Amino acid sequence: MNVDFSLLIPEFILAGAGFLVLLVDLLVPKAQEHRRNVVTAATAVLGLAVTGIVAIATQMDTGERLYDGLLFIDRYALLFKVLFAGIGIAVIVMSVDYVADKMRHPGEYYALIVFAVLGATLMAESGELLTAFISIELLSFSLYVLVGLSRGDARTAEASAKYILLGAISTAIMLYGISQLFGALGTTRFTEMGPLLAGAGGWNLTLITGFVMFVAGLGFKLSMVPFHMWAPDVYEGAPTPITALIATLSKAAAIALLLRFLAEAGSGSVNEWRMPLAVLAAATMIIGSLSALPQTNIKRLLAYSSIAQIGFILVGIVPNTVIGANAVLLHVIGYAFTNLAAFTVVVVIELKLGKESVADFAGLSKRAPVLAMIMTGALFSLAGLPIFAGFLTKFYLFTSAVDKSLEWLVVIAVATSVISLYYYVRVIREMYITETEDGSKLPVPLLLAGLAWVMFAGTIAVGTYPQPFVDATNAAATVLTPWIGL
Amino acid sequence: MSYFERHVLETLIYLPMLAALILVFIPRPQKSLIRWISIASGLALLIMSLYAFIAFDYDGGARFQLQRSYPWLDQLGIAFALGIDGIAAPMVLLTGIVSLAGTIVAANIQRDNKDYYILLFLLIAGVYGTFVSMDLFFFFFFYELAIVPMYLLIGVWGSSSKFKDFDRPKEYGALKLVMMIVAASLLIWVVIIGIYVESGTGSFNIETIMATIDQPGRFSETFQSVMFLMTMVGFGLLAGMWPFHTWSPDGHVAAPTSVSMLHAGVLMKLGGFGIIRIGVMLLPDGLREWALLLFIIGTINVIYGAVSALAQHDLKYVIGYSSVSHMGYVFMGIASMTAVGLTGATLQMFAHGIMTALFFTIVGGIYERTHTRDTLVLNGLASKMKWGTAFFVIAGLASLGLPGLAGFVAELLVFIGAFQTQPILGALGVLGAAITAVYILRLVGRTFYGERDKKWDNLTDLTPREFIAATVLLVPLFYVGLYPQPLLRVIRPGVDAVLAGLGA
Repeated sequence: MNVDFSLLIPEFILAGAGFLVLLVDLLVPKAQEHRRNVVTAATAVLGLAVTGIVAIATQMDTGERLYDGLLFIDRYALLFKVLFAGIGIAVIVMSVDYVADKMRHPGEYYALIVFAVLGATLMAESGELLTAFISIELLSFSLYVLVGLSRGDARTAEASAKYILLGAISTAIMLYGISQLFGALGTTRFTEMGPLLAGAGGWNLTLITGFVMFVAGLGFKLSMVPFHMWAPDVYEGAPTPITALIATLSKAAAIALLLRFLAEAGSGSVNEWRMPLAVLAAATMIIGSLSALPQTNIKRLLAYSSIAQIGFILVGIVPNTVIGANAVLLHVIGYAFTNLAAFTVVVVIELKLGKESVADFAGLSKRAPVLAMIMTGALFSLAGLPIFAGFLTKFYLFTSAVDKSLEWLVVIAVATSVISLYYYVRVIREMYITETEDGSKLPVPLLLAGLAWVMFAGTIAVGTYPQPFVDATNAAATVLTPWIGL
Repeated sequence: MSYFERHVLETLIYLPMLAALILVFIPRPQKSLIRWISIASGLALLIMSLYAFIAFDYDGGARFQLQRSYPWLDQLGIAFALGIDGIAAPMVLLTGIVSLAGTIVAANIQRDNKDYYILLFLLIAGVYGTFVSMDLFFFFFFYELAIVPMYLLIGVWGSSSKFKDFDRPKEYGALKLVMMIVAASLLIWVVIIGIYVESGTGSFNIETIMATIDQPGRFSETFQSVMFLMTMVGFGLLAGMWPFHTWSPDGHVAAPTSVSMLHAGVLMKLGGFGIIRIGVMLLPDGLREWALLLFIIGTINVIYGAVSALAQHDLKYVIGYSSVSHMGYVFMGIASMTAVGLTGATLQMFAHGIMTALFFTIVGGIYERTHTRDTLVLNGLASKMKWGTAFFVIAGLASLGLPGLAGFVAELLVFIGAFQTQPILGALGVLGAAITAVYILRLVGRTFYGERDKKWDNLTDLTPREFIAATVLLVPLFYVGLYPQPLLRVIRPGVDAVLAGLGA
């Protein structure tokens, strides 16, 4: 049994950074609000950056299974480790002005973000059901608290309560599924489950229940239809940077786990789950896009659009191929850049105007031309137009599905893309075409402007010079090759 | 090949992008500087396009010339591969001419001309990219890039139509245009992925894929049939194909002048070009199966567009519907599947691009002076706008197919091709040309001649800038009309190569 603790150094650093943030929070005197905010944020950013750098420096060539297959320290995990550290940094940078304005506990806030990143990282590394479950819980509990952290707003209270209640139910369902799978197969390790699931010769009721319930639990995290109802309310009520965290970190982590689980445990029995999952993917795309149409709140709009995006990602998971996995990973990266760019703009609008309805974007092209341009780029990327990330990643996803005779799914995906363009264009129309009386310039905080530029550049980089990104995702996807087809 | 020759095609894409990038860093109030940088870039584009056109070796055997290829995404077999054949070369030249005229006319834009030019150059880069791409992914990439800026260009700088019983805000035209074209482009998306998978080459390169078409077990007739129909509708919509043409008049009317010029002049040609590039070259069996339908739709386009133009009294709607009518000849030429017809179709795209840009230049000039495009109100402008009238009349004569102008050669070739295959439909097409003569002459008579209303006593003639833009367009109109040989010599080998794939 491999118990080489040195492989877990990045995780130790992360956990240490989380506690260090809490400690620093105690050391800075209570009266110095601003200083406390900046110092704790800087500590958290530093911790995340060191984690990412150490991971890249030491784990480029490792393909180890720790504790007899409970944790996989491989290129697949590395890709997500670095991605999650990056998302964590971006969300913290996005939060600094927001926390100063609206929150009272910067230490807890930043520490919880670091713990959420830790939970997400462990999800991407999990090779076993219970480890996965515990990692999900670590991520979820951090998010439950973060969603409800800014007190005094009825919408926040509603969002927080809804998220916790539904989250708890989904956890229970998932745990029950795990127990069923363990009862039927006698193991919870993905790689050991694979042959047993394949050799069952058609699944019996226990297996079906277990499998469905486990995937349903993950489906809740993903806001996959029909487990998507929480997303709009939580997106709307949560502090905006936390909405960004849920939209990127929590979704990406669930994708990481689902992709690995289906590849390592489910490849042999792909015919059992491919069709049901394809149908759910179609439903997710259709319901996500159609529900986004009438939305007037930008955060709700982005919530429904993220539901539709999950549908697109599932299009790449369903074929269960390396090219599909590659497309999924690339889309997750592009999607993270894009969403973080969009949410950064929303944070600025919310801070400066105190509102976040679509109508509040009116005249933004005059009031803050750069923000309007970045928001337009992000929305075009979500709609899948060139030169932005979304164009290439969607192209990649849909190509991978045609390979496995899922043409009907591609046609639905393509059709919902048109619908999605319509509601994205509504926001662009507000920014550029609608005239407003108040044409005063919006002051954009330097930190947020810088972050928006970086994310915007990332979106364009993935869309125009994808080779480095694809090399990384390809190395990660290749980890899955012993199980899935090309 | 000289250094310049090797890089000319990519320069055509990078140059407008570079121009857009430079403009980003110029402060907004420097309107005059922005104008001159843009016009200089337009001129450079025309020179580069001319260079590419001349460097194209029409005696050479290679189908695609000036080829360049850079690896881009190995895992998916996508390369940044460029090259032009005999059909793309005239389109590149057309883009150069219309881009220069468009950037000159756009100098009249007062509000935020920086943003306007940035979007205009992105559009131009997209158009060039589509014409010179040999990789289907990049073909689609640039195709979409050309459409995206359109929404803002029309939505922000466009003009709304207001008549007594008819009210069309500019956002309506912008949204309708973009939504319809993007919806159609998604059909093309499916076609491209389908062709990629069906070819089994793991490459998006057109030449590589063409080599596999005849292999047994690939590109079955059913596959080609379904894919061709999607190609026809997807690209046809952008070319104004009936009954999907409705975005075109509304969009052109709402668009500012230079966008109308580029859109009707060049962007609509992407549709016809796409049908040839993907439909005819990669799906020949599909074309054979649907040729008759394409022919019939082309004829409907010609007649329907002409009759609709007859009923309009908004100058831009007349031109918009006449574009629908003229693009019908392109469909007829392609559907004839003859060398003459296909040559005519390509030449028609070139000729129509130039003449329609000229139309919009003058109509835009009139609108800026009078703030109306209603032919019931505009009377007898000729005595005040001598040059404007002259240019408009020449564009009109080219449009109705007067010998000596580019339109005549193109339409003649299309008719010859059409009569060889479908004489009855060909005859109907000629009828369309007759209706064109009616509405054009009536329009000219009403708007420019006849008694002048007192309102127009203070009207001024074309500004030097407008005059230059119109001249840039006028020269090729005459040149091709009187001496089409240089263009035909380039188009012909390209058409022959396409037809070789058809086995005709």
